[in-house]
Amino acid sequence: MEGAVPIEVRNLTMAYGEYVVQHDISFTVNRGEIFVIMGGNGCGKSTLMRSLIGLQRPAKGTVLYDGEDFWNVDETEHQRLKRRLGVMFQGGAMWSSLTLAENVALPLGEYTGLSSHLIDEIVSFKLALVGLAGFEDFYPAELSGGMRKRAGLARAMALDPDILIIDEPSSGLDPLTARHLDELILELRQNFGTTIVVISHELASILSICDDSVFLDAQTRTMIPTGNPKQALQSGDPRVRHFLTRGEA
Amino acid sequence: MPTDTDATAWRLTTSQPDPSTMEIAFSGRWCLDQQLPTPDDLASGLSGDISRLTFTTDLTAWDSAFLAYLSVMIKFCAGRGIEVEQEALPEGVRHLLAMAAAVPEQKIAGRGREHRGFLYRAGIASVEFFRGAPEMLRFLGEIIFSFGHLLTGRIHLRWRDLWWEVEEVGPRALLIVSVISFLVGLILAYLGADQLRMVGAQIFIADLVAIGMVREIGALMTGIIIAGRTGSAFAAKLGTMQVNEEIDAFKTLGISPIDFLVLPRIIALMLMVPLLTLYSGFVGMLAGLLISTTIFDIGLFEYYNETISALELKHFAVGLIKGSVYGAMVAYSGCLRGMQCGRSAEAVGEAATSAVVTSILLITISASILTILFYQLGI
Repeated sequence: MEGAVPIEVRNLTMAYGEYVVQHDISFTVNRGEIFVIMGGNGCGKSTLMRSLIGLQRPAKGTVLYDGEDFWNVDETEHQRLKRRLGVMFQGGAMWSSLTLAENVALPLGEYTGLSSHLIDEIVSFKLALVGLAGFEDFYPAELSGGMRKRAGLARAMALDPDILIIDEPSSGLDPLTARHLDELILELRQNFGTTIVVISHELASILSICDDSVFLDAQTRTMIPTGNPKQALQSGDPRVRHFLTRGEA
Repeated sequence: MPTDTDATAWRLTTSQPDPSTMEIAFSGRWCLDQQLPTPDDLASGLSGDISRLTFTTDLTAWDSAFLAYLSVMIKFCAGRGIEVEQEALPEGVRHLLAMAAAVPEQKIAGRGREHRGFLYRAGIASVEFFRGAPEMLRFLGEIIFSFGHLLTGRIHLRWRDLWWEVEEVGPRALLIVSVISFLVGLILAYLGADQLRMVGAQIFIADLVAIGMVREIGALMTGIIIAGRTGSAFAAKLGTMQVNEEIDAFKTLGISPIDFLVLPRIIALMLMVPLLTLYSGFVGMLAGLLISTTIFDIGLFEYYNETISALELKHFAVGLIKGSVYGAMVAYSGCLRGMQCGRSAEAVGEAATSAVVTSILLITISASILTILFYQLGI
């Protein structure tokens, strides 16, 4: 649906049985925006991500992609919408029986008609973008946690998705690699117009890439609209400033 | 070069402004959802006197497919010493190509997609097998040491863990042991009846089933069932603990994972498999009784008396010893493969499979040795 916002979260409530993790979550993400969902440990960031990517049906509310109700369309349409999303999981979630190259090539082989040679080249290019050139034939178990995470991003980018959802991209990475990933995220947005949702509590990363954000508050179990975190640092909600200044404000 | 008349399709033309320069003009749409040309044809044309490659672009859309295409060209030119001028490429393309080139490619010796022949792989597998033998012996030694520590009071068994394992491997296996043992007893009775009927000695079905089940088959079937049910579970559980670094955590705290994880499992199986063996023999005899009385017209008390007269204490002793040894073999194999497990989901699956194979192999070997030994001892 042209003109519609790529992502709209509408009155979302997430719960495990009777236990409500977060309620009344509403926000929109504009096209080409880098949107950060931040919050402390256990506040429900990953649960929200699971609702965004179709792994956990929300207790109430819904998610709309380009105006289409992700949780209330038929299965075919639900699957089509899913294919528009690239998802990087926190630990990479690489398929352990496949090499890195096979991991990244799998979606390309399934959903494009490209020749195997060009797929191999795209795979090598994607791995090079995340700093893993030459690791094509490695299995995930042979890599460090940070490398697996970067390989997970390469797989998430395989199909050049319209929307990229990234869970904790910088945690566990050294500062230089984390900065390289932040630059890559900015380049993806600039060159492909990718809409990117980042779940993070890494302050340096949040401040360097984020356009707009929400803060999930574990105390009230609902969100606080935060806007640009740089401005929130100066004049935002006290709870958000407390978080962003590591408890000093 | 290939060209498409469709305005939304990719187009590519080449020209040579001078003998040493090739110019490639990209236009139209270069995206993943199209049937793009392979870069090899174009790259092979970059030979002879060409020392410089330039581009012009009039693109309506591009994505990773275009970047990959260019990446191949640039790598090819670098290998041939051909200078590549990227100035005419869109700024975003240049940025992403630069990012991809920022971290140099790792050249790791011995890595590749080379496929080896059958003999090579068989040789490697044999070497790996023999390399694994010392590790198996070391693990056995560690278990024996751990038993020694337990008997001398240097370590304390966690009773809660032991009882949990006992419940898991014993009572919860009763149903599958019952079903298999009943069916095996039934098969044995039919098999015996078929032969014994020819000489009018059907009553000896009772002897065959009783001695067979109590002395040999009960223990063997229980061992195989436990190998599939419990041995694989041990390997998968310990393997998952390896993946989650839980076993490393024991080691760094100075706690022996053998004492804490392996010993309770081995003791539990050594206790429970003999009991399951007795139970299996009993169920097998019940099946024999059922078949003999309903199909072959043998009286209930006649069958009972024949069974009692056939069975001696030594048959129970042999069955119990065998059950205990098979239980130890299964526990050893399951724990060994779990502790040797790699750090991936794939490795956990391999550990579980390997545990079952090793268990059955060790059960078969020990069954042969024990049978010969008991024969020689006249038991």
